Amino acid sequence: MPVVLETIDLEKNFDGTLATNHVSLAIEQGARCALIGPNGAGKTTLINLLTGVLQPTSGRILLDGRDITALRPHERVRLGLVRTFQINQLFAELTPVETIGLAVSERSGAGGDWWRLVGRKPSIVDEMAEILDRFHLTDVMHERTATLPYGKQRLLEIALAIACRPRVLLLDEPAAGVPEAERHDLLRIIAELPQDVTVLLIEHDMDIVFSFAKRISVLVNGALLAEGTPEEMSRDPRVRAAYLGEDADA
Amino acid sequence: MLTILFDGIAYGMLLFVLASGLALTLGLMNFVNLAHGAFAMAGGYVTVILVNRSGFGFFTALPIAFLASALLGSLFERTLYARVYGKSHLEQVLFTIGLVFMAVAAVDYFLGSQQQFAQLPEFLQGQFDLFGVGIGRYRLLIIVLCGVLTVALQLLLSYTRFGSRLRAAVDDQRVARGLGINVNAIFAVTFAFGSGLAGLGGALGAEILGLDPTFPLKFMIYFLIVVTVGGTTTITGPFLAALLLGIGDVAGKYYVPKFGAFVIYTIMIVVLIWRPQGLFARAAAR
Amino acid sequence: MTHPLSRDIAQHLAARARWHPLEVAFWLAALGSLFLLPNQHLILTEIAILALFALSLDLILGYAGIISLGHAAFFGFGAYAAGLFAKHDLIAEPALAMLAAGALATGLGFATSFLVLRGSDLTRLMVTLGVALVLREAANKLDWLTGGADGLQGVVMAPLLGRFDFDIAGHVAYAYSLTVLAALFLLARRIVASPFGLSLRSIKDNPLRASAIGIPVNRRLIAVYTVAAGYAGIAGALLTQTTQFASLSVFDFERSADVLLVLIIGGVGYLYGGLIGAVLFKLGQDWLAHVTPQYWHFWIGLFLVVFVLVGRDRLTQWQSAARAFLLRAVRLQALRVRGEAGRS
Repeated sequence: MPVVLETIDLEKNFDGTLATNHVSLAIEQGARCALIGPNGAGKTTLINLLTGVLQPTSGRILLDGRDITALRPHERVRLGLVRTFQINQLFAELTPVETIGLAVSERSGAGGDWWRLVGRKPSIVDEMAEILDRFHLTDVMHERTATLPYGKQRLLEIALAIACRPRVLLLDEPAAGVPEAERHDLLRIIAELPQDVTVLLIEHDMDIVFSFAKRISVLVNGALLAEGTPEEMSRDPRVRAAYLGEDADA
Repeated sequence: MLTILFDGIAYGMLLFVLASGLALTLGLMNFVNLAHGAFAMAGGYVTVILVNRSGFGFFTALPIAFLASALLGSLFERTLYARVYGKSHLEQVLFTIGLVFMAVAAVDYFLGSQQQFAQLPEFLQGQFDLFGVGIGRYRLLIIVLCGVLTVALQLLLSYTRFGSRLRAAVDDQRVARGLGINVNAIFAVTFAFGSGLAGLGGALGAEILGLDPTFPLKFMIYFLIVVTVGGTTTITGPFLAALLLGIGDVAGKYYVPKFGAFVIYTIMIVVLIWRPQGLFARAAAR
Repeated sequence: MTHPLSRDIAQHLAARARWHPLEVAFWLAALGSLFLLPNQHLILTEIAILALFALSLDLILGYAGIISLGHAAFFGFGAYAAGLFAKHDLIAEPALAMLAAGALATGLGFATSFLVLRGSDLTRLMVTLGVALVLREAANKLDWLTGGADGLQGVVMAPLLGRFDFDIAGHVAYAYSLTVLAALFLLARRIVASPFGLSLRSIKDNPLRASAIGIPVNRRLIAVYTVAAGYAGIAGALLTQTTQFASLSVFDFERSADVLLVLIIGGVGYLYGGLIGAVLFKLGQDWLAHVTPQYWHFWIGLFLVVFVLVGRDRLTQWQSAARAFLLRAVRLQALRVRGEAGRS
C-alpha cells in the first residue's frame, strides 16, 4: 500500500524545549495505527504539527507525496487530513444539525454560499441525516450543543470529523472521559470506518489500542522510540521500560 | 533639532509615567481599562485647584495629586472594577468607556470646559541655554522626576518581594495563586499605585499636554499605543515605546505639521500588524 | 431526499429562516410610520440611519465576534464621499451617489480588514480605533477638500431618482432612508441564513474548530468585514444626503461608542437588535435632550456602567421576556380578530 501520510525529520522547538525530536513517520493508506507514549511525550504536539495548528521548526510533512508543510489548517482539511480533539472542540451555540451541516457544506464547496438558505440542497441534507443517524445523534439533533450530555458531545466530535470525509483521520484520545455505556458504541463506529480511510489513533487505554491497531508507534520525550505490531511492542524491552509505572490505566 | 529631541524625551517620559499603570493592570489582569486617563485627569485637576485656588506650593501639590488619584483608583477598584474582572473584553471595554464618559461630563459640569493651567513656581518657568541647546526648565524637571520614578519602579519590581510577586502574577496568574500569592491583593495595590502614577503624570502634564475635561478621551489612544507597542511583560518595553512615541509625535508635528498626528497612528498600526504582541515584548507564549 | 430524517431536518432549517410574526409586525409598523406619523419624519430618518449603522456593526460583532471601536471610520468615509459627490456634481443623483459612496466604503473595509485578523481582542480594539482616528485626522488636515473643522459646506442635493426633491419636513428623506434600510436588511437576513452566515457563527463560537473542519476563517472574516463596512458607508452617505452637511463628528470616537451601545441595548446577533436599539436610543436621546442637553454622554456612560454590572445575561432575560410578552399580545390580537371575523 502506498504511503499516504509522511513526516520527514519533523522538529518542534519551544524556546529550548524540544517537543518534537526529529520524528520521521510513514503511514500507509488504509492503515490502522496507534500513537502511544507517556504523558507529555508530545503526541498532541505532533497532531498539531500534522494539522497545521503549529508550524515546525524544521522538517517536512507530506500528504500523498505532496509537501503540505506550508499549508494552513483549513487547506489540509480540504485535502482530506482531518482530526478530532482530545478535549471537545464544538460549537456550543449551534445544534448538531447545524454543526454537521456546516462540515458537509464546506466539504461540498457550498460553504461560502451567501445567497441560498441553509438546508435547501437535498444531497447535503441527506448526507447530514445519514451521519447524524449513524452516530446516534438524531434524538438530540435540534438542541444546542452546550446542553448535550458529554457522551453525545463526544459522538458529535467524532461525527464532525467524519462529516469532512477524511482520507486520513487523526483521533486524539476519542474515548477520553466517555462513560462505559457510550464507549462501546463509539469504538464500534471507529472500527466500522471504511477501509480506504487511514486512521491514526492517539490513546492511553491499551485495550483499545490492542483491539484496534495493526501498527503502533511509541513516542517518548518527543522522539519515536519504536514502531511495530502490537505484539512486537508489548514484548519490546525499551517500550516496557518507558511505560512501567507510568501508565495508570493499562 | 536637539531641542526637539529634548522636548520629545520629556513628552515621552511623561507618557510613560502616565501609561505605566495601565501597562501593569493590563499585564496583570488582562483588563482593558480605557478609563485610565480619568485618573490622570483627576491628578491634574487636584493640582490645579490646590495651586491656583488654595495657595499650595507646586511641589506640595504633586504628592497630594498622587495620593488623591491613588485613593480614587483604590475606591473605584474595590467597588466597581472588581465586579467586572471575569467578564468578557467587550464588557470591560463598555464598562470603562462608560466611566470615561461619566468622568468627562462630571468634570465639565463642576469645573467647566476651559483648559486649566497650574501656576508654576518662578524658577521652573522659561528656558536656559546649555551648549547652544534651549532647555526648558519645566521639561527638565519632568525628565528628572520621571526618570527617578522609572528607576524606582524598576527597582521596586526587581528587588522587592512585592515586585517579584507582581512579576510572578503577571507571568502566570494561575500558578502564582497556586503558590499562595494573593493576586487580588496585589492587583488592588497595583491598580491604586498605577492610578496614583497616572495622577502624578496628569499633574505634571497639565502644562505640557493641556488639561480639560476631554483629556481622558484625547490621550486614551496614546496610552494604548504605549502599552500595545511596548508590551506588558516588562517595564523597559513601555518605556522605550513611550519615548519613541513622544519623540515621534513632537518631531512629526514640527517637521511635517500637515501629517503630524498621522505619524504616531501609522506607527501604531504598522507595529500591530507586524508584531501583534508588541514591539519590545518578550516572545513569551500566553 | 432519500433519508427518512431528511424531511424533518430540512423543515426544521427552513422554519428558522421563515418570517416570524413579530418581524412582520415590526415592518408593518415601520411602513405605517411612513404614512401615519408625518410629523415625526425627521427623527424617524435619524433612527433609520442609526439603525442601518448598528445593523452593520451587528454583522461583525454579533455574527463574527469582531469588537470594533472604530466602526465610525466607514460611516464617516461614506458620509464625506456622498457629500463630495453632491458638492462637486460628480454624481448628482442621490441614490447613485449613495451606492457609489457605499462602494468606496466597501473598498476601505476590504483594505483594512487584514488589520483585524491578527492579534487579540485588545489589538483589534486598538487597530480599529486607530483607523478611525487616522481618518478623522485626515479629514481634519485635508481642509481644502473636506472643509476641515468647519465641516463640508455647500452640499446641495439633486432630486432623488430625478423626481423627488428633498423637502424640509423630511418626507422624501424618510421614505428614502427606510427603503434603503429595508433593502439592505433583507439582504443581510439572507446572508445570515445562508451557509456563509452559519460559518460566521461557527467562527465566532470556536475559530479553532472552524478551521479544523475546512472553513477558511480569514477569508470569511474579510468578506463580512468588507460587507459591514459597505453598509456603514451607506448609512453615512444617507446622513449627509438627508442633512446636506458633513462634519468631522462622523469620525468621532463617541459615534463608534454610541453605535456599540445601540447594538448592546437592542441585543447582539439577531439583526433586529440594531433596529430596536436605534429606536430606543434616539427616543431616549430626544427625551434627555430636553432635560440635560449638554451632558447627554454622562447618561450614556451611566447606562453602560450599570448595564455591564447588571450583566448581559439578565438583559437578555428581560429581552426574551419582552419578546415573549409581545408575541403573546400579537397572537391574542390575531385570535381576537379571527374570532370576530368568524362571528360576523
